[in-house]
Amino acid sequence: MEIPYTITPRRDTGLYNAKVGIWLFLASEVMLFGALFSSYVLLRVGADFWPHGLLNIPIGTFNTWVLITSSVTVVMAWASLKMGNFKKGRMYLGLTILCALAFVGIKTKEYNDKFTHYAIRFKDEAGTTAFLKEAFGNDDAATKAGIVANTYGLDEAKRPFDVRDLQITGHIEGNPRFWSLAKLNANKTETVQFMPDAPQHPRHAKDGAEAKAESHGEHKAHTVKVSDLNYLSAYVPKHNTYFAIYFALTGLHAAHVIGGAIVMSYLFFFGGAMWKTQPERLTNRLEVAGLFWHFVDLVWIFLFPVLYLL
Amino acid sequence: MSDHSSPEQLKKDIRVYMTIFVALLFGTALTVGLYYVHIPNVAATITIALIVASVKSFLVAGYFMHLISEKKVIYATLATTAFFFLALGALTMWSMHDFPFMTTVNGK
Repeated sequence: MEIPYTITPRRDTGLYNAKVGIWLFLASEVMLFGALFSSYVLLRVGADFWPHGLLNIPIGTFNTWVLITSSVTVVMAWASLKMGNFKKGRMYLGLTILCALAFVGIKTKEYNDKFTHYAIRFKDEAGTTAFLKEAFGNDDAATKAGIVANTYGLDEAKRPFDVRDLQITGHIEGNPRFWSLAKLNANKTETVQFMPDAPQHPRHAKDGAEAKAESHGEHKAHTVKVSDLNYLSAYVPKHNTYFAIYFALTGLHAAHVIGGAIVMSYLFFFGGAMWKTQPERLTNRLEVAGLFWHFVDLVWIFLFPVLYLL
Repeated sequence: MSDHSSPEQLKKDIRVYMTIFVALLFGTALTVGLYYVHIPNVAATITIALIVASVKSFLVAGYFMHLISEKKVIYATLATTAFFFLALGALTMWSMHDFPFMTTVNGK
């Protein structure tokens, strides 16, 4: 059976069917991401503190450029097919797939950085101050404010805080992933070698909260007794509300990138046969895939400033 | 309504795509640059960042997705989507000021 209106437009809509279909699908996608953006707004407005500077902005910026580039290459692929140049269209499609893979690869690296980055909290004030003295040579107010800044950003560090709530961020020797206090206790682990992030200072306000937070192995490892801690968590979704919504939004977006890459890979590897018999149909298929891809780019255009910068 | 089928028109379109590409890269750099400038007013920072993002999304949707020259049925679909999207946002805003009886906010 032949599927109708894959090339010629329907008289009532003026469009081939797949185009109407993709726009209806994108309409549902707007509502899906809209619901998550609304959740973000609610969580953020309702939070006492909202962390800043926990993500790597240069990497995020580069990834945004990668996705923008892929949006251009996919529209160029469609334009090439429209002009009857399959070879050029396929080349642009290949570039789009490479950009998609680069985006996912970079995102994976970012995720891995989070899964190996930890926050610990001591059971009592004495434990905190002793660790600060050992790690940084003093436990003065500036050091403590710098520690708060590592968790919440420099603006939040200006607020009064309770030393008992102080979370010290850093890495565990060997960069293990997903460790938690419950896991360490279950494994009867008595100590961990913890390398704390340097406390941020106001002079670093403009040039690298995130760079500090991402620094690996910059500091000496210090032995921390697991029994002295009442909290230890990697930067995973349950660590705080910010990471919960960050992973939900970017995870869903990454799933869309992977989905788009699979569709475009299909067109890249198997589109040649259709081009020989029905070039217009292949061109329309690529247009539909491209519309989805541009939508994925559109979502990221909002996600990037909302999660990385604001 | 522009016709994307003629080679001459497509060549013109490609020039537009390239211009938009540069504008999108610049828009991203501008947003990041403003972050590093660190405007003390949070509302102003959010407003500027969202305006830049909206301009970028207009360029992508308008030109890459050809929305500036589409058929009525797509506009109708998107108008309906926009209505429900805004309604969703309005419900979110409403919920921020409409708490159940006896709710305490920050101890008050």
